[in-house]
Amino acid sequence: MNLDSLLPNLGEWLRGTGPESDVVISTRIRLARNLAHLPFATRATSAHKADVVARVKEAITHAPPAHPLEYVDIPQLSHLDRQFLVERQLISRELAGGLEGPRGVAFDPTETASVMVNEEDHLRLQVLRSGFALDEAWHDIDQLDDALETRLSYAFHIQFGYLTACPTNVGTGMRASVMLHLPALGLTKQIDKVFRALQKINLAVRGLHGEGSRAFGDLYQISNHVTLGKSETKILSEIREVIITILQYERQARQVLLKERKQAEQDRVARAIGTLSSATMITAEETMELLSAVRLGIHLHLIDSIPVTAVNQLFIHTQAAHLQKLAGHPLDGEERNAARAKYLKTKLRELSLPRP
Amino acid sequence: MKCQRCPKQATLHITEVLGEDRYEEVHLCEECAKKYLLEPQKKSAVAKTAAAADSGEELEASLPGPVCDVCGISYIEFRNHGRFGCANDYEAFKAELLPLLESIHGDVRHLGKTPRRLPRSQGAQVELVTLRRRLQQLVTEENYEEAARVRDRIKELENS
Repeated sequence: MNLDSLLPNLGEWLRGTGPESDVVISTRIRLARNLAHLPFATRATSAHKADVVARVKEAITHAPPAHPLEYVDIPQLSHLDRQFLVERQLISRELAGGLEGPRGVAFDPTETASVMVNEEDHLRLQVLRSGFALDEAWHDIDQLDDALETRLSYAFHIQFGYLTACPTNVGTGMRASVMLHLPALGLTKQIDKVFRALQKINLAVRGLHGEGSRAFGDLYQISNHVTLGKSETKILSEIREVIITILQYERQARQVLLKERKQAEQDRVARAIGTLSSATMITAEETMELLSAVRLGIHLHLIDSIPVTAVNQLFIHTQAAHLQKLAGHPLDGEERNAARAKYLKTKLRELSLPRP
Repeated sequence: MKCQRCPKQATLHITEVLGEDRYEEVHLCEECAKKYLLEPQKKSAVAKTAAAADSGEELEASLPGPVCDVCGISYIEFRNHGRFGCANDYEAFKAELLPLLESIHGDVRHLGKTPRRLPRSQGAQVELVTLRRRLQQLVTEENYEEAARVRDRIKELENS
């Protein structure tokens, strides 16, 4: 597969539509699965891993027709292509770089469903949906799991459920996470309070790129912690309840901003667009922070010249690997900052031209 | 980090508590650690084995514990790295795992999806566990109508 063909698309998680998309960017569910008669990653030889790959490749030909999967071999990819798949949320950083031996990812052309092979577990199934769509994502991944299982024999224990390499995933093997854009809770300094409450009820909060990553651009992932002793339906309904509460808090905070400091917000958004469209050097972090202000400005109807999908496009295209793919050649750190600024300037100018 | 007694990789990191804020760190491979722990205690009382540095958790010093005869990893090795070697480890380390799972998940029994290819009897067992819990909950909620339905299904499964 030529990965460059993905470049013009936004990918499912940045489609910018979907339920509650003023606050919820995307919903992701992943299932950890292992094959019954092969050693787990830490004890697997290269031959074992090749065996896993062969079996999964055979099984994905039976994926549901809604999600025809194509397999991409990771060791054969350049460093840049691997980073590109990380930025598109199709593979983990570990699968890209930290691990060795035969491994890969199968995904469908809409980038909704993917299956990582030989990550921490033999299989990591994932379904991404834009907006708040836990039920739809569960429906999709449940189907995909059933289809693969007709060809694969999963490691399952009558008491412990689906067996995983790490005991923190055993049971359902399910991690459901919802990515939220919470700028107003940040601006009104209520975000820590919200997260302290979340930790008490056993939900994890992470940044954009999962475990250990910092929260940039007011984007947060909320996910379940417990995988054993609660059914998938129960876990999903617990997360749903919490997300609905946070949604309400964020929307209230946005109304407060509009009521008490509309002028100041208008100014902040205008300055963000100003910087984005006139800087000559800009880092990915600063871009994300400024795009966060623009995104909030759109939802508060403080600006109408920029559609949300354009913000999503700027967001994904200004990440390191995407920029280099657009440029057609590798760029070092400083060159990237210059290329990023140039890209933003050009795109924002196109957007501000009067539409025919 | 290398073992202090042989060229192998150190997997056990032992902190000897010498009393009153005095500590000594010993880094050993599994084999040397076994010998070390069996040596008569020269200095003082408590020897504690610090588990994987990233978890910062501490384990009571002990022998490697049970060993999985399928993949060959010992319980201590599992605790040091936090990853199992194969599916059989869950059986091999079951006794040690139960308190660990309880502390991670607050539960030790799976509820939810089961593979469709699971032998029918096993599938029924999992469903039974699920249904019995559901029944309890329904009774506390005083939802007797639904509870009766669940009870009938339990009977059906038990007799099949």
